[in-house]
Amino acid sequence: VKRYQNALLLIGVLLLLAVPLWMVKSPVPGPDGKKIEIFRGSDDHAKDVITAMAPEYKPWSKPLLEPPGGEISSLFFALQAALGAGFIGYWYGCAKTRAKMNQTTHKDAEC
Amino acid sequence: MHIMEGFLPVKHAIGWSIASTPFVAYGLYTINKRIKEKPEQRMLLGVAAAFTFVLSALKMPSVTGSCSHPTGTGLGAILFGPAAMAPIGMVVLLFQAILLAHGGLTTLGANIFSMAIVGPFAAAALFRVARAAKVPFGPSIFLAASGADFLTYMTTAAQLAFAFPDPAGGFAASFTKFSAVFAVTQIPMAISEGLLTVVVMNALIRFNPLELKEMNVLTTSEAEA
Repeated sequence: VKRYQNALLLIGVLLLLAVPLWMVKSPVPGPDGKKIEIFRGSDDHAKDVITAMAPEYKPWSKPLLEPPGGEISSLFFALQAALGAGFIGYWYGCAKTRAKMNQTTHKDAEC
Repeated sequence: MHIMEGFLPVKHAIGWSIASTPFVAYGLYTINKRIKEKPEQRMLLGVAAAFTFVLSALKMPSVTGSCSHPTGTGLGAILFGPAAMAPIGMVVLLFQAILLAHGGLTTLGANIFSMAIVGPFAAAALFRVARAAKVPFGPSIFLAASGADFLTYMTTAAQLAFAFPDPAGGFAASFTKFSAVFAVTQIPMAISEGLLTVVVMNALIRFNPLELKEMNVLTTSEAEA
């Protein structure tokens, strides 16, 4: 089990991602024929609760820069993930090479 | 998901910013001190920061039909102590607030408090308690990371309930409503975060056992195994 632990854990994560996608079905459009969006952000839902609870509340500041459109916003999210994943990949490569080099020098020492 | 720009009353926005500032300052101090004493740990600090970057960029679907993202702060909190994650979390939150209009500058203090202070402190505490109770290493990491993720969002719910109490039921009723939005959505994400943190930790154990021992994450016998 130890050997396959990481693979099993990653399969677990994939299942956790796949199950909601498979389980949650788009609801039937309302009488106005507008499609109800699923998988909105939970912060949008929180905004709805705020508006319901305090209808007179007006947000008093706006974001400085708003990404012009959903595509650009996903560009920045992808960039953020790429930066992080890139660094982790770099560390992994370095660590693996170092481990391998250490092993070969040890072998040489024994010979 | 962070509290959106402008969606905290002025007093709350200022209050949370004041509350978060000392943690960020102390966190910077501990990071500087650590890097000066043990420069070889710089790489691991980078891994911890990078992990937070990746995880908080991944918006994942949940069974509730809404989306949210994990935080990734548990790993760094276990490795470098909870205070170190305050400035790292702030960098991530600033990136998202400025470039993505996700979260905000006026709500930055409140979001730092939930994601970069409560979460990491919860992770570090859960890890120590689990280890003291002789829970094996992997499950302890899982517990700490997923607990931190979940508590981050419960804190967000509490902050919003504090700012917007229910007209009839007050804080409690409002907290129930906000946690209904965040908590159930967050459960699968918290589990994912726990699993991913164990994956990275396994790699760290394999390649950096000595550093982990120095950080008091692994015991001597575990580091040699």
